Formats: sequence, C-alpha cells, structure tokens
Amino acid sequence: MGKTLFEKIWEKHVVKQIEGGPSVLYIDKHFIHEVTSPQAFAGLEKRGLPVFRPQQVVATADHNVPTLNQHLPIREELSRKQVEKLKENCAKFGIELYGLGHPYQGIVHIIGPELGVTQPGMTIVCGDSHTSTHGAFGTIAFGIGTSEVEMVLATQCLMQSKPKLMRINVEGTLNKGVVSKDIILYIISKISASGATGYAVEYAGSAIRNLSMEARMTICNMSIEMGARCGMIAPDEITFNYVKDRKFAPHGEDWDKALAYWKTLYSDADAKFDTELNIKAEDIEPMITYGTNPGMGIGITGRVPALTEISAEDKPSYEKSLHYMGIEPGAAMKGKKVDYVFIGSCTNARIEDLRMVAGFVKGKQKAKDVEVWVVPGSKQVEKQAIEEGINKIFEEAGFMLRQPGCSACLGMNEDKIPAGKYCISTSNRNFEGRQGPNARTFLASPLTAAAAAITGEVSDIRELIND
Amino acid sequence: MSVITTIEEESRKNLSTAKFQSERKIIQSAAVPVELENIDTDQIIPARFLKATTREGFGKNLFRDWRYENDDENKPVQNFPLNNKIYSGKILVAGKNFGCGSSREHAAWAIKDYGFDAVVSSFFADIFKNNALNNFLLPVQVSDAFLEKIFNAVKKDPATALEINLEEQYIKIVPTGEQENFEINNYKKTCLLNGYDDIDYLLSMKHEIETYEAVRN
Ligand code: SF4
Repeated sequence: MGKTLFEKIWEKHVVKQIEGGPSVLYIDKHFIHEVTSPQAFAGLEKRGLPVFRPQQVVATADHNVPTLNQHLPIREELSRKQVEKLKENCAKFGIELYGLGHPYQGIVHIIGPELGVTQPGMTIVCGDSHTSTHGAFGTIAFGIGTSEVEMVLATQCLMQSKPKLMRINVEGTLNKGVVSKDIILYIISKISASGATGYAVEYAGSAIRNLSMEARMTICNMSIEMGARCGMIAPDEITFNYVKDRKFAPHGEDWDKALAYWKTLYSDADAKFDTELNIKAEDIEPMITYGTNPGMGIGITGRVPALTEISAEDKPSYEKSLHYMGIEPGAAMKGKKVDYVFIGSCTNARIEDLRMVAGFVKGKQKAKDVEVWVVPGSKQVEKQAIEEGINKIFEEAGFMLRQPGCSACLGMNEDKIPAGKYCISTSNRNFEGRQGPNARTFLASPLTAAAAAITGEVSDIRELIND
Repeated sequence: MSVITTIEEESRKNLSTAKFQSERKIIQSAAVPVELENIDTDQIIPARFLKATTREGFGKNLFRDWRYENDDENKPVQNFPLNNKIYSGKILVAGKNFGCGSSREHAAWAIKDYGFDAVVSSFFADIFKNNALNNFLLPVQVSDAFLEKIFNAVKKDPATALEINLEEQYIKIVPTGEQENFEINNYKKTCLLNGYDDIDYLLSMKHEIETYEAVRN
C-alpha cells in the first residue's frame, strides 16, 4: 500500500518506537521566541545541560516587541526583561538570534520560510501553535509547550504519538475577491474549531495547487484553529522555486540532492487517510467571523445563526459568545461598523498580503473614524514594502505602517484594541480578549479587511472591485 | 483582603503538594464546574500574563478575565464558578474542546498552580493535553453523556465527590457510584504514576539519537 506525505516524513524521523507508547521523533529545526523559551532554558540550567544542537535552533523576538520606535529600549518593563532574557540565553547557549534591530527580525513563522530555513521534508517545532504554517512546504511542523521546548533543546527529540490523517481536497476555481484566507475560514466554519483535533491535515486539490507559497502558508497557519496537530501541502515546482536561492537553502550539489528527495514527497495514489473531505472552490464566498472562535464564520452575505439553529447543548456557549461580541442572533454581518483594522500577524503579513491590500487601496482614502494598522511580518517584508512604494500608498490612504512583530494579533505589547471596540483583523484568533481585554474581533482576509478600512464597515469586496 | 487571599492560596498549594504522591493514583475531591465549550488558553491565562520568566505564580491569574470585572480584583464576577464559594476541590470540569488555541504551557501551569490536579472534559485540544501531562495535571476525557451526568450531579450538590483512579483508569461520581473508564497511553501512565518525565527518558537515549544522526547524514 502507498504512503501519505505525512507518513513518508514521519517514518524518516522516528529514532525509536516505544511499545504501546509514543515515538521518539527527531526534530530538524527548532524555532524559539521570547515568551515560551525562558522556563525551558532555566530547566536546562538546573540540569546543567548544554543545548544539544544549537545550530538547528533559530531565535527571534516577536510577541512582545513594540511596533513603533524599535530603536528605543522597550518601555514596558516585563516585556523588556523577557526580550533581554532571550538575548542572554541565546548568547549563553550559542544560538543564532535575529532580535530587535536585526535585518532578519520578524514573526517567527514569517522569517523561517523567508530565510529558507524551512525546507520540504523537515520536522519543525516551535513553542507556538502556529508552527503549522511551515507545513505549506511539505514539512511536519507543529506547536509545542515549554517542557517540550526544553526536551528539544536538550536532545533534539520529542516523544510524539502518531496522529490520524485527514485530507481536505479543494477543487475548482476561486470566485472573484476570494483568497486563501477565505478558503481556510470556510473550512473551519464547516468542520468547527475542534473538527480536526487529533489529525494531521493534508490540503490538496487544484485550488490549493494553484496558490502561491505565501497563500499556502496562510492556509496551513490556521490548521490549529480546527484543532489539527499540523497542516501540510505536498511540495511542487512552486515550492522549489520559492526556496531556491534563499539564504539558508541548499546550494549547488546539495540543492540537486535535496531536490531529488523533495520530489518524492507526495501522498501516493493508493495512500489511505482516516478521513477525507471534499470542498468545491466555487462554494466559497469572502468570509467573516462573528463569534469568539475561528469556527464561527460565515460568508459575507450570510446571516449569524439564529438561536433556533443552535443545539440546546451548545446554546450557553453560543449566547455568551454573541453577548461578548454585541451581536444579535440572526443578524447580517455586512454593514456592521468597525473601529479598527489590523492587517498583520503570521497569517497575513507577508509581502503578497501587503501588495494585495495596496493594490486595492491605491488612490483611496480610509473611512474617517477608522484606525488602520498595517504591521509587516518581518524586517525584510517592511524593507520590500518600502522599496516597492507600498508605504506611500498606505500613507496616502491614511493607513499606519508600523514595525514588525505580533502586535495586535495577541496584544502582548502596547498594540491593543480598546474594550468594546470592533476590529476587523487578518490574524487567526477571535477569542475573547485576544486583541485586548473586551476587544471584539472579526477575522477576515486582507482584502475584506482593506474593504472595511475604506468603507468603515464590514463590506463585500466583490462590490468594490472590477475584474 | 489581599493578605487573606495570599494565605488561602498558600494553604491550597501546600495541600496539593503534600498529597501529591498519593494523588497520582487516586484523586478524590469535589469539583469546580465551568460549563462552557471551547475554552481556549487565552481565557485560561490571558497573554498579558505571559511575561514571566519562571513557572510560578500563574494560578492567581487563572481565568482572569472571567473572574474579575474590568480586570479589578476587588470586583469578582459573583457567578463565575471559581468565585462561587459553594464550589471547591481539586478537579476542574469543563465543556468540550478544552484548552484549544495557543500552545502556551502557562495554561497548564496556571491550572495546576491554582490547585487543580485533574481536568475533566469530553474533549481536549492536543497541545494542551501534552502540556498538562508534562506537568502532572491529569486530563480525563469522558463521553459527552458522562460529562453531562457530572455537571448535573455537581450542580445539584456542589459537595459531590468525584474519584479519579489513574491506575485503574476510571472516574466515578462517588455518591451515585456511576463510573466510566478513560484512556491514557501506557507510557504516559507509567510516567505519571512514577513521577518520570519525558526529558529523563530522552536524555537516557542520547547515544541512540547520535547514531540516528550519523546514519541519516
Ligand atoms: S502573529 Fe499572532 S499567532 Fe502568529 S506567532 Fe505572533 S501571536 Fe502567534
């Protein structure tokens, strides 16, 4: 019987299989950041251990960093301490750090691919749930907790049970105004925020194959929002072209050797999945979420479910969620006023996202009462945006281009949405308080967010663009 | 007021460490019910409390934004179960898909630090489950029907004791005797029962890991 993409990579990385238990899985690359690593380093120190393979670890500071005046010391004391701790630990343990001020600094899941650290066939972990992003290259990439960060630092291995396998096929052509963020929000709305828990998900089908690398990353990024252990896409010419010539990509003979191997990374025709799901690209509208988990999404012309459509068991959570959001059951989302627009995060802050937004807003003005923040995913994205003149377009539209970091995606730095305000956001989580205490989040694509920036309300991008 | 809270928190902590050895096998306690689904780790411990560089002290901010109005410790939300004096104990019971969202282990630390030794739900998010197990916080997955029975029993009588037996893998509603088995992989069970963690095991394999690297390259 044939093998799935997941199985091919997994089997190559099993150091040992424990009877009736997990596998000891070898990890090729380990990304770390300031929030989930300090306790892991402290653990190593307590045990008197070095980092086992420091050259396989890459560090950056992203969650806590300010997005204005990054050249100044971080004002918030605890944030500053955490970022300093990372610096100290990296120096002590011999780990390469792309910290504040470094030309490669940025959100961990943006810089890995951008630098060519992320390559097909790898196992990749990070103390961060959106590590699934890297799966877009045909890797097994997943988020881990701090105890596991410590294990990988100490041994380059983890104890893992093999997940079940799911394939989601998206076939056909996307409608006008529909982009990869809409595909993933649509999938999650169909299978719920827990629909893929316990699974590794492979995305396949013509609509996925036709996406650029950056668009594929957006999809894999949000795999965790339906509970998946990881998300992945088989590498192809689009992948190879993206990786080629990047800083840490293999070169010369090494490239040829790597490429020959990468070309074997796909699910065989007779491979078996535990679950398979088929989706027609034509069915997908621009999406928007109305509730407090990413599964609570609808097409932009749709209505929020009425109470009669919710089961008795789900009702308490549903009502709590809508109450938090200040939204009535059965309401339309289109026309809902927004106060903030956040274009950023590891889901949608790559150069293509910024280009997409700039292409639409060029020559337009933001709505008067809306505040618009664009936060590039990395220093390199920022630099490129400036080189391409995208910063000018934003400036003329009244958008504020800030400096790289996680920013209002989780509001750990100063970028918080005030209580009660509505933010349309290109990030990945609309949980209560995610963007600041009592902030209200609508998740959407960069295009739909840009549309709201111009109109001041949730809008159907299709009505605002020509073909 | 704050002094009293500190003393209470201290005694709760001491209690849970003192009994920890025996509790690995059997936890018998009343339970605190939080009857909501999809409780994400941002609710369990909001991001603004993740700035610490040690593992201690997260318990006081457990469910912070559900526990207090406008982040004000003098304004506890009265009907939130953690603030409701009728509920107590070392077992947290919650709706399905508990612990979804961020991978922050701080969520498991906060629950443990507050004084819970087990979380019962009909469904756990993967990363949370691993984090819990790595911190000797037992995630007990029961059927939807059994979870409802627990909620009903605890709501009817908040003193209802639950018994979780790790060795024999069952959870029981003590007064009614109703029970259900739960799953846990053998390896993890052994770790929990003996107080081993994965890192000890992995360190003991250094040689095999080096051999793997050599063969692969
Ligand atoms: S951008 Fe948001 S989701 Fe991505 S790593 Fe940062 S905080 Fe996490």
